[in-house]
Amino acid sequence: MQFLYSGLTGGSIYALVALGYNIIYNTTGLINFAQGEFVMLGGMLIYTLFAVFGMPFIIAFPLAVVTALIVGLLFERVFINLVRVKSDINLITVTIAASILLRDFAMHIWGRDTVTVGEFMPVKSIELPGGVISNQSIMVIAVGACIAFILHLFLKRSKYGRAMRACFDDMTAAGICGINAVMVRVMSFGVAAAVGAAAGVLISPITFVTYDDGLMIGLKGFAAAILGGLGSFWGAVAGGILLGLLESFAATIMPSGYKDAIAFVVILLILFVKPAGLFGKRMAKRV
Amino acid sequence: MRKINPFPALIAAFILAAVGLTVENEYYLGVAVIIMIHALNATGLNILLGYTGIISIGQAAFFGIGAYISGVLSATYGWNALLTFPVAFMGAFIIAYIIGWPVLRLHGHYLAMATLGFGMIIYILMNEMDFITGGPSGLMGIGDIEFFGLYFGLDQAYFVLMSVYFVFVLFMLELFDKSFLHYKLKFIKSSESASNSYGLDTVQTKLLVFAFVAGFTAVNGSLYAFFVHFISPVSFSLKYSIELVAMATVGGLGYITGGVIGAVILGLVPELFASAEDYEMLIYGGLLAVCVMFVPGGIAGTLSRLRKKDA
Repeated sequence: MQFLYSGLTGGSIYALVALGYNIIYNTTGLINFAQGEFVMLGGMLIYTLFAVFGMPFIIAFPLAVVTALIVGLLFERVFINLVRVKSDINLITVTIAASILLRDFAMHIWGRDTVTVGEFMPVKSIELPGGVISNQSIMVIAVGACIAFILHLFLKRSKYGRAMRACFDDMTAAGICGINAVMVRVMSFGVAAAVGAAAGVLISPITFVTYDDGLMIGLKGFAAAILGGLGSFWGAVAGGILLGLLESFAATIMPSGYKDAIAFVVILLILFVKPAGLFGKRMAKRV
Repeated sequence: MRKINPFPALIAAFILAAVGLTVENEYYLGVAVIIMIHALNATGLNILLGYTGIISIGQAAFFGIGAYISGVLSATYGWNALLTFPVAFMGAFIIAYIIGWPVLRLHGHYLAMATLGFGMIIYILMNEMDFITGGPSGLMGIGDIEFFGLYFGLDQAYFVLMSVYFVFVLFMLELFDKSFLHYKLKFIKSSESASNSYGLDTVQTKLLVFAFVAGFTAVNGSLYAFFVHFISPVSFSLKYSIELVAMATVGGLGYITGGVIGAVILGLVPELFASAEDYEMLIYGGLLAVCVMFVPGGIAGTLSRLRKKDA
């Protein structure tokens, strides 16, 4: 049973990262290979604000998320917008290049060593049937669920969310209807960065933060996103939790070194067997 | 059919001969060998990415597979170095074929992620299967290349061997560039559905190209293993795959000289800026981003455009 609790904690984080991929994919049809770097950025920002400057967590959390949002907006303006020939290969390559740059800037700002953020609140362990769970993990799961729910409302109900979904269906038609497609693209990068950073903030007291964390967590988030079906909102949440559970279950039966391989085996298996994911819709191919 | 242009291979041969005759320092010869290996790998990726449109971010895995097959056969089982090359080629070819069979039906982002995931799995296996590979601390005791009484243990000798192979490959690539196959691949790149409707078996063609390049990359891995005599998983991580993408893109995708130019420029960066080791990846990332954003076709593409303007 213990693996269930740790799996849920990790899974909530993967779900948030996967949602970040989905937001960008749903508006631009693009996979942002730098998504994981925003998770790292969130962790580093909370370290700076909370641990170094000693701000209260209630202020530091939103501030970190907003900073990441601004970085996300700039990211789109600088990297995606300036690509002259917007082919798939070029956009993939430029996000890879951007992730190298973000990682390297982080290394120069915060150093190569792992930084410890410290606890947001006094740690308590809570006895549950079959194992223990710390109140940190409960916070991760609860806040993660809240963010997912707010995001759901934002995408389904708000004007901006509808504009985003319209752009994915047909960029030209959305433009004719008076939607500023460029604005929507910029905003989707900002929101995705903010969600990723929130995940980074939540996980930072448990896993600590290193400048090159982003790569691994980004890839796992992607695994979660395609496990649930790229573009499907609740699919991403389900995929994240499923991946978290799989990982922590695998850790109980295999040497821990192989734990990281699970996500990649999932990526390959899903792409081999069912590229649309478990909950995704099969999309018609445009020729 | 365009005329065969032997100049790139001849220029490379000339430069290599000049380097071999003038440079005495073993260290610099070693750097030259490593850059040649990078150049071959980057060229292999260029054939995938620039000619066929297959985005593979897992080339380091095939490089590593070759290095480890040769390394283990030589160090643990005492095989003759020369015999390990075909095994490395076939091993990588078969693995790539099996992996490619489902993966190459995918496109764009999915393909990139699938190859990336494959590379990470191989990297984790190299680290974890320490009973075969020696784990993170690496594999030692790899032998030397030796055939017909020639012995390639010294750096100078290895440099000569590598140069001959390199120029030979460059010449073969020039033949490929002017062959029918080249047009076939570029056709697949520009429109897969169009080439399908012309009766090309696109999946099969891509599969063979992918597997062949994997085998070629594995042979480079073997050459690397017999040169450095010590291999560890760090050399075959995702970082190297991305470096190869950077080399091919900066050099010029879809130009036969692109991989070589990119590898020489980016391969020299860590040597020239040895003091600024921290900024190495920054330079890689920056050059890659700038090239993708503003210089389509990379350096080779820009050069050939300038030449056409003059003529």
